[in-house]
Amino acid sequence: MPLNLNAYLGIEPDALQVYAKRAEVLAANLANADTPGYVARDIDFRAALAAAGSQAGGLQQATTSADDLTAASPTGESVSTEQFLKYRVPLAPSLDGNTVDSQMEEGKFAQNTVRFQAALTFLENRFSELTTAIVGQ
Amino acid sequence: MAFFNIFNIAGSGMSAESVRLNTVASNLANADSVSSNAATAYKARYPVFQAVQASLMSAGAGTDPTTQADAAVQVRDIVQSTAAGTARYEPGNPLADGNGYVYSSNVNVVEQMADMISASRSYQNDAQVLETSKSLMLDTLKLAQG
Repeated sequence: MPLNLNAYLGIEPDALQVYAKRAEVLAANLANADTPGYVARDIDFRAALAAAGSQAGGLQQATTSADDLTAASPTGESVSTEQFLKYRVPLAPSLDGNTVDSQMEEGKFAQNTVRFQAALTFLENRFSELTTAIVGQ
Repeated sequence: MAFFNIFNIAGSGMSAESVRLNTVASNLANADSVSSNAATAYKARYPVFQAVQASLMSAGAGTDPTTQADAAVQVRDIVQSTAAGTARYEPGNPLADGNGYVYSSNVNVVEQMADMISASRSYQNDAQVLETSKSLMLDTLKLAQG
């Protein structure tokens, strides 16, 4: 029975890419916390992940070729998230036009980190399931 | 890879904040400097921060910085405060002018201290981001190895 590794791993690899991109956006916000006129941004996570999932062909099983590795669809190698960038609605905008709230961004960054680690753990479990299936004990 | 960009972004933030700390140190050190005329008296210095696309800091890529996620920060310029310094009557001072006045700097020490704390907090934030990203990257590298 051929195994499509991308389909087996599910949504997690795409989620990791979007988390990584979001970490970048939040890092940019924090780095520009004192830049006049800088507007804080964030990623519309739901839309970005949905797009990444559809690029990768979702969860469907592909059994088109005897060679499983070449048949596997490329899992969104470059998830483009630029169109999902949104401006943050500021809680307390400052006079210099900067809308970064450092504490809030720190919180979001921490949350993003935990989610990233959760996705990594799910992936880890997937791989250990595979190893169990291969070794058989 | 997004995480490599984070190192650029957070690094640029730390570098910019350390320039800001440098100007604060310079301003505080010269808070009590005096001069014999108003024009040469020490003026407080401030860095001007500007957002810049992080991928431009490394090779390749040149798109509109306003649509890109990876906004790093750079010190665009160092400007001098235009606030007026105070003239003090100190005829005994060797730097006093013909009328016995010395001209002190226009540094506001309280403002500088607040600026220092702000710069230090921002620096800590950037360092934390760097640390977290590094550990996430290492976790990803170790995926499916244990």
